[in-house]
This record gives sequence, C-alpha cells and structure tokens, in this order.
Amino acid sequence: MEAFEHIPLITVGTATCGRAAGALAVLQAIREEIARRDLLVEVQEVGCLGHCYAEPLVTVRRPGFPALCYGPLDEDRARRLVTDFLIGDDPCLEYALAALEPNDLFPALEEFPRGACERRVILALCGLINPEDLDAYLVHDGYAGLARALEMSPEEVVGEIVRSGLRGRGGAGFPAGEKWEACARAPAPARYVICNGDEGDPGAFMDRALMESNPHQLLEGLIIAAYAVGARKAIIYVRAEYPLAVARVERALEQARERGLVGKGILGTGFDLEVEVFQGAGAFVCGEETALIASLEGRPGVPRPRPPYPATSGLEGLPTLVNNVKTLSYVPHILRRGAEWFRSLGTANSPGTAVFALAGKVANPGLAEVPMGTTLRQLIFEVGGGIRQDKQFKAVQIGGPSGGCLPESALDLPIDFDSLSEAGAMMGSGGVVVLDEEDCVVETARYFLEFTRQESCGLCSFCRLGTAHLLERLTALTRGEARLEDLDRLYDLAEDVRAGSLCGLGQTAPNPVLTTLRYFRAEYEAHVKEKRCPALACRDLVLYCILPERCSKLCNLCVGSCPAGAVITRPDLLKAIDQAKCVKCNQCLVTCPPEYRAVVKLSPPQLPPEGDAGHG
Amino acid sequence: MRETGEKEASVRAIIEELCVDGRKKPRELIPFLQKVQARLGYVPAEVLREAAGVFGVPEVEMYAVATFYHQFRLQPPGEHRIKVCLGTACHLMGGQRILDWFGRRLDVREGQTTADGKFTLERVACVGCCALAPVVVVDEKVEGKVSPTRADGILLSLGVKPEAMKPKQPESA
Repeated sequence: MEAFEHIPLITVGTATCGRAAGALAVLQAIREEIARRDLLVEVQEVGCLGHCYAEPLVTVRRPGFPALCYGPLDEDRARRLVTDFLIGDDPCLEYALAALEPNDLFPALEEFPRGACERRVILALCGLINPEDLDAYLVHDGYAGLARALEMSPEEVVGEIVRSGLRGRGGAGFPAGEKWEACARAPAPARYVICNGDEGDPGAFMDRALMESNPHQLLEGLIIAAYAVGARKAIIYVRAEYPLAVARVERALEQARERGLVGKGILGTGFDLEVEVFQGAGAFVCGEETALIASLEGRPGVPRPRPPYPATSGLEGLPTLVNNVKTLSYVPHILRRGAEWFRSLGTANSPGTAVFALAGKVANPGLAEVPMGTTLRQLIFEVGGGIRQDKQFKAVQIGGPSGGCLPESALDLPIDFDSLSEAGAMMGSGGVVVLDEEDCVVETARYFLEFTRQESCGLCSFCRLGTAHLLERLTALTRGEARLEDLDRLYDLAEDVRAGSLCGLGQTAPNPVLTTLRYFRAEYEAHVKEKRCPALACRDLVLYCILPERCSKLCNLCVGSCPAGAVITRPDLLKAIDQAKCVKCNQCLVTCPPEYRAVVKLSPPQLPPEGDAGHG
Repeated sequence: MRETGEKEASVRAIIEELCVDGRKKPRELIPFLQKVQARLGYVPAEVLREAAGVFGVPEVEMYAVATFYHQFRLQPPGEHRIKVCLGTACHLMGGQRILDWFGRRLDVREGQTTADGKFTLERVACVGCCALAPVVVVDEKVEGKVSPTRADGILLSLGVKPEAMKPKQPESA
C-alpha cells in the first residue's frame, strides 16, 4: 500500500457483473493507454463494490486528490481518464460516481442516501482490494481473527459465536453457534466443515460477489470454524455456474497454503487443516445441506429426512458443519472485534447486518449491506434509489423462489428473520426483486412455481406433483382459463405442499402463491372474471396495436423492428399489426419514437381499434 | 464408421487418463464427469458405461447422476452455446423475450442445437448478474442488458448472415 502514496493506482471492478458490463475491455483500454504514454501507474483488478448499476466501475487514487470512483465507463472514457487525469490535472468529474472518502472536491459514497443506510461489515473490502492478493487482505487486518481464535481454546471460539447471536445467513436463520456446538460435541473420530457456496436463488448474487471480491474473508471464517469444531478437513462447495468465483477461491486457497494458513501446523500451532474446492453441477436443491452432502458423495442431490442433522451425522456419516458463505464471512469479524460488537448491530433477535441483492425494477440495482431492522422502504427507495423510470411500486419479492411477494403496506416492516416470516416472506439468501406496475403478480408466482417444479428433486410426491399442479393452475390463470373456485383450490394445494414436503424447497415453494393470493387477490380475480391482466404483462391476455391518431405514417421504424413481419403498412400509409402474425415481442412498442407513442398494449375487454389488421 | 472408431478411442483414452490410479471413490464422480465434459463438451454414453466399472457403481447410477444435474449434457453441443438467463430479475426485465428472439432467429427451441450444428440455445437458472438483467452467456462471455438488437449483434458477430435473420412466418400453433 505504501507505494500508492507516490504512484497513482487505478482499480477496475472485474467481478462477473463488471465483466458483463464490459469491464475487461475498459481494463485493457486503460492498460494500453498507460503503456502507450509510458506512465508509471499501478493497475489492479478488484471485485464488486456493490454499485452494479454503474458498472464498469473504475477507481483512481492519485496523490493530491481524493480516491474517486467512476462509472459507468466505456473504453473511450477510460482512455480519457488516463490522459486527462493522470497526465493533465483534470479529474474528469463529469464521469465520477462518488468519492470513497469525504473531501472538498466531490460528494462521497457515504453522503448519498444509500451511504447513510449502509453499514458495511462483510462487504467492507469488496471492490476495494485485489481479491487475488493475500497481502491486500492482510493489510486490512486479514487473518487477525484467525490468529486470535488460535490463542483461544476451541470451546472458547464456539462460545464467542454463541454469544454473538449470529444466525445462519443461508436462509432459515438458524443460530450458528448452536450448530457449531452440536458439531463440536458429537463424538466422532473426525469432522468436516463445508462452506455452502451453492447460491442458487435466482435474483441473489451476494455469495458470488463475496467469493469473487474477498475470498480470503470466507476462507478465514472457514478455518476458524474448522478449528472451533475440531475438523481437519474442509470443503468449499461452489456453484459451477460461477466459474470466476471458483477460480478466485482456488487462488486464495493456494496463497493461504503457501503462507501456512492452511495445511499443517497453521500459524505455528498444532492445528492442521486441509481445504478443497468442490464444484456443484447445477441443482438448486443442493443448497439444502443434506442434498449438498449427497452430491459431495457422488449421488444425485436428493435431501434426506433430518434428524440426524449433518452437524451430528453428515458427510460419510461424520459430524459435518455446513455454513453459508455469508455466515462464514462474518466469523473473522466477530473473532476480531468480539461478540458484543456484533450484538450492537441489528436487532435483538437478529444481530448484525444483512446483505441484500437488489434487482428488478429498482433504479440502482446492486449489493447493499445494512443493519438488520432496516425497513424495506429504506432499502428500496434510499439504497436502491426508488423505482426505475418513475413507475409505480407494485410489490417486492424477497427471499428468492422460497420467499414471498409483499405489497406497499409491508414496506415499513423492519427486515429481520422473524418479521419477514410473519409477513409470509422470508429472508432467504437476501435476494430482493422489485416489481413495478407493469409486472403481474400472478405471472410472477407462475414463474417461481415453474422454477421450483423444475428444481424439485422429485423425492416427495407433495413437492413433485404439488408444484406441478400449482404451476398448471397458475398457467391457466395467466391465460385467462381459470375459474373462481380454482383460487381456493390453489390456496388449499399450496398449504398441502407446504405441510407435506420433506425439505425446505417443497416447504417454501408455495410461498409466492400464498403471499400473492393474500395481498393481491383482486389481481387474481381480474384474470379469472374479466380474463384481463391489469398489469398488461400476461402474454396471452394482451395484444399490441397501433393507434391511428398517433401514427406518423411516414416513419417505418415499427415495420423494420418486427421480427415476424406482423407490422404492415395500410393503403392510407398508417401502420397496423396483423394479430395472427404478432409474436408479442414488444419491439414495436420499444421502437416507436417517444414523440408518437403510437404502439400500445391492451388487455381485454379493450380490443384494437377498427381497421387494425386481423380485426377489420 | 471412422468417426465412431475415433470417438471410442478418445473415450477410452480419456477414461484411462482421468483414472490413472484405477478404482475411484464415488466422491470423485461429479468432478470426473465435469472433466469429461470440459474436454468433450458433453458426456457420451460410452463414458458412463465404461466408467461405471472404475467407480464400482452400476451403470444406472452413473445415469442417475448425469441426468440429475443440469450441468451435464449427454448430447454434443453446437459450436457456440447461447445461454439465456431466466433468473427472477432477467425474467422481469424481458429474458423470455430474448430467449424467444434467439429461438426465432436461429429457428430452434430452448435446449436444441441448430441443424448446421453451429448454435445451441439454452436457458440458465441464474448467473448472478441480476443488476445487469437481462443477461446472456455467449460461450463463456457474460453479456449484460441484452436487447433484441444486441441479440442480433451477437449473432452477426458469430457469423450469422443478415439475410438469414429476415422475418420468418410464425409457427402455426
């Protein structure tokens, strides 16, 4: 770090989200420009800062200036940043997003409404340090938690976690300390610790970001856990869909091994630990711990009844502690700063912070870490910047496919494990997907059931057949083919699936249906009684048409945009849509210039105006 | 025939190479299938049959594992793989429309490979780039905020001729 006092440092966020936005091209442009100008500048890759809406993100630390974060950048702007800021003295504030620290030149991240809500613990270093450099982590007190743990007895370490009140961040919120105690006490010749990095919830990406941005933090937590419960072998189970996370975790492991943080005689003590990385093979149910263990044993990932819990009988029948990436990432901080510090954050029954992945129709999607007890309204409107394009808020889907859809009236709910279950949703892994007025809750529930039906391992009939039936009914609803009594059947069936399934997947699969029925019944009824989708989202219940009074006649954009040849020019030069050919791809609506807005979506009983092809 | 012979030889070579130390534990089964797929692009039936002995499990169990996990393909993929993400955020932001768009342009359904073997169209549950929805993974590259126009751009960059992308008649239901 000392070198940066003298030479400028440029960091580029190259986590998967950054790459998807073009970060590698930006990185290359910066490197080329620096080489071409023969500048003495250090360039580093970092992980995700959480401000995914502004990716690709670049941070410049130049002596004499505050550290400034820029985004979204493209190659040209990145080159200009090098020439204008590093050769000239113009910090290109027009591209800047925020400063990292308060200063007189530019507003800092913490001065934004978002910054005021956030309290970063496990995200604190994400996007700021090079995840492939162990020293970058050490400089920020990395592995100090491990060093302290090794000075304590394993029982004392477990005690510290128990006192901290840490609850498992994988979804259910089970007290981590209790799990550790159970594993440590189970009599056995050997034990395992597994880091569950099989984040499969669509809409959640914090585990990926943590593994890509600060893999050492997770590794440190894992080593501490292994020491505490007396394990000599640990496995990091990562989704194969996250190749960069796999690579960065493997790299971290290699470095830790080289420095004696993993392997024999860790930090000069008598503690030995072998760690390996295992790639999942794409099955959502493997996030469930017994299914995860089955897949580690080379079998289909099918859960088994508990008890016995893995903590007493898991991998190969040995006591196995399974903790989520986030749970383990908190451990080094608790060891370093103490249980009391951790309890001082969050609420009494859910201490600490929560990491949320904000996505959907929110203006500024990304990752945020806030104290437990923050309200959904703060999360969506202050952290997330409200709804995109000034649309109306409709619902928030929290907790992934197992969670629920909550309406506006639930926005002032302080979020913690218990309040969410009371509202019918759950914390899950912390995925928060925001729906606006253009999203249909029935269609959203259908989407989740399609997902859970596909991902059901098929072991219990309630889950296998129940989710299929639920999906069938919901599909009929989105097509306007359901009857009113179907709504009650839907409810009863959802309750049965919940009660009759063996593992969390089946038990929580009906949550999207139950919560949408509870909070948005009128919308369901519109689909049944009027065969109408109020949000104009259900494909089978909407049609596109062109309003003759708004059509400019001479503009042919809609005709050119149509992939199906369904937009035609009438003899009077007005455009019309041939309903028989229309594939409802939305392109004409998007393409029609804003000054005309001639293409509209309609849902029955409204029909296209007279003269529209197919209805003339 | 020559092709089949070559394939058999390569299957045997792979099994020999990946199982040098003979008998393997079930624990190593998934990593083994992942290595086979990384090499060949899919897991041929021959591998499942031959490797059953090495792992000491019945062939049917090899199939049970290979078919349970979404990652494994039992058929060779096309030259380019287009994976459209249909996670929650992508779904809300129009992922299905992107999947349909590719399907129309390439004249394939999800899970299929084009007749010329050039493209395989797939859906993925979530690639974890929800903030940049809708997302498409083209071969190994993740592309964010994909619009139908961008989808056409991707196809053009992969060698699809513009005339091949002219409007087609929709399939009759």
